Amino acid sequence: MTAVSIRDIRKVYGKNTVILDDIDLEVASGEFVILVGSSGCGKSTLLNMIAGLDTPTAGSIHIGGRDVTNVASKDRDIAMVFQSYALYPNMSVAGNIAFALEMRKVPKAERDAAVLRVARMLQIEHLLERKPGALSGGQRQRVAMGRALARDPKLFLFDEPLSNLDAKLRVEMRAEIKLLHQRTHTTTVYVTHDQVEAMTLGDRIAVMRAGRIEQLDTPQAIYERPATKFVAEFIGSPSMNLFACERSGIGLHTGGVELPLSDAQRSALGSSTSLLYGLRPESVALADHGVPGKVIMVEPTGPETYALIDTALGHLLARAPGRLVQRSGDAVHLAWRAEDAHLFDAKSERRVA
Amino acid sequence: MRLSFHRVLLWAALLLFAAWFLTPLYVMVVTSLKDMQQVREGNLLSLPSNPTLTSWAKAWSSACTGIDCGGLKPFFMNSLLMVLPAVAVSTAIGSLNGYVLAKWRFPGSEGLFAMLLFGVFMPMQVVLLPMSQVLGWLGIASSIWGLILVHVIAGIPSTTLFFRNYYVGLPDELVKAAMLDGAGFWRIFTRIVLPLSTPIMVVTLIWQFTNIWNDFLYGVVFSGADSKPITVGLNNLANTSSSVKEYNVDMAAAMIAALPTLFVYVVAGKYFVRGLTAGAVKG
Repeated sequence: MTAVSIRDIRKVYGKNTVILDDIDLEVASGEFVILVGSSGCGKSTLLNMIAGLDTPTAGSIHIGGRDVTNVASKDRDIAMVFQSYALYPNMSVAGNIAFALEMRKVPKAERDAAVLRVARMLQIEHLLERKPGALSGGQRQRVAMGRALARDPKLFLFDEPLSNLDAKLRVEMRAEIKLLHQRTHTTTVYVTHDQVEAMTLGDRIAVMRAGRIEQLDTPQAIYERPATKFVAEFIGSPSMNLFACERSGIGLHTGGVELPLSDAQRSALGSSTSLLYGLRPESVALADHGVPGKVIMVEPTGPETYALIDTALGHLLARAPGRLVQRSGDAVHLAWRAEDAHLFDAKSERRVA
Repeated sequence: MRLSFHRVLLWAALLLFAAWFLTPLYVMVVTSLKDMQQVREGNLLSLPSNPTLTSWAKAWSSACTGIDCGGLKPFFMNSLLMVLPAVAVSTAIGSLNGYVLAKWRFPGSEGLFAMLLFGVFMPMQVVLLPMSQVLGWLGIASSIWGLILVHVIAGIPSTTLFFRNYYVGLPDELVKAAMLDGAGFWRIFTRIVLPLSTPIMVVTLIWQFTNIWNDFLYGVVFSGADSKPITVGLNNLANTSSSVKEYNVDMAAAMIAALPTLFVYVVAGKYFVRGLTAGAVKG
């Protein structure tokens, strides 16, 4: 069943500042959908429209089968967690969590029960009497989630909820959000600029750029088959190696090197003459033979090591498990399987194979 | 050594300025406590040899202003009746205006705010004639009600400016969160925005109280025989000349006229600082 349906949404400021350009998005009931993109791509504007805090120039938004395009926020039965948490500084934690229920005229006894239930779930029972000013970042984050949870809404919206936290806490809260969703199965739309959050949390990811959805798919599909050069570079860390290359007969070459291609890739080349050849760092292996190069830099991270290698193709990042015996300055050879390569048309930047 | 030299210099300068500004107050206080005989001796700075409160009593209840000899008391009451509602109403309207202009922008709201700003810098004299015409139409000319209305209207631009600029600093997301939680325009105002307004509320109250209490121009132009505020009363008292100029009574009267504003600064100033630190909690 469709929980949220966004149809042909456009947002234009002034005469021709296009913020959102014909966005279509269907979110299934219980699904966790991520809107990801760099700043200014329109992801927060889209989220605000779902929340009813912004209005589209054209198009319609449906929640639970009802057209809510012109319905006020409070009548949409949604809850939102803001980047700044937006806790009410003048109220206690319990007051913050109960506020939405109070506004909906829920009796006091029921409100108290809901506050307690949520506080237990998020382990903030000992904080209920405190004011937000006396809480740490992680605790505020929890309270903000508690406020959203208390009402048991149809739809959860998250607007970069983790970007104000330090790295360690971010990983912890990410896991908690995932666990929470597994438990409640509330339909969720989550905005972030962090591709790791997108990959780890989402059932599906919408990668946005300049007011359009570049690709909407499962994390795995987006990682394995990025639809455009932008998606290929945006998703994955370290990001994909990309080289410009030219057609030569039935193959591709760059810097005098013939690039390996599978039969399927060869037949998909079509009429494109200049292409981009992409390799994920983990697809590139240090080998005894293959493309020769020289190690420029080695970055050990513990479980794996990144090596930047200068080759005839250009600089190329390889990702190897464990430690590397090679040092910078060493001569190496690089090998990869042709089917691991991603091909994009250089002009349209769309995926070829 | 160098540091302590600077300290000494700093203290000396501060003490000098303090003395400079406190001397007139000192002269006022000591003169008001002297009897006429000592006043006539002309030693402005000398301490009163027989301190007495008779000038204060006279200024309060029996000094003559024109032909009336009831002291400042009725004027003081007029001012009180005028200043309390005028301050309350202009502050209330200012906070509501500021809330709308900062958090509920509408097409033209910035233009409206610019026009309100113009009102802050407009000289008071400009409105005298049109305002007396309006008060006449409303049938409240020469009454305390008329003065209240004038002061409310004259105060709205600055109170709006104060509150608007303060509310711009409140995160928009607070309002958005409250909207999603189901609160409407008024509930957001009373439950979220107003409780966070203490510092600017105190600033505005002090500002409005001082302005309205100390106003002379509107008081002298728009008041009737029974509605003159204390500033006008003080002026009339000091200008009513009998054979002797009673400087001690004049000084006592001036002190009486100035005490409420001093009181507001001393009391509310404390809350002001407290409010500033308490309100500094970011959401």
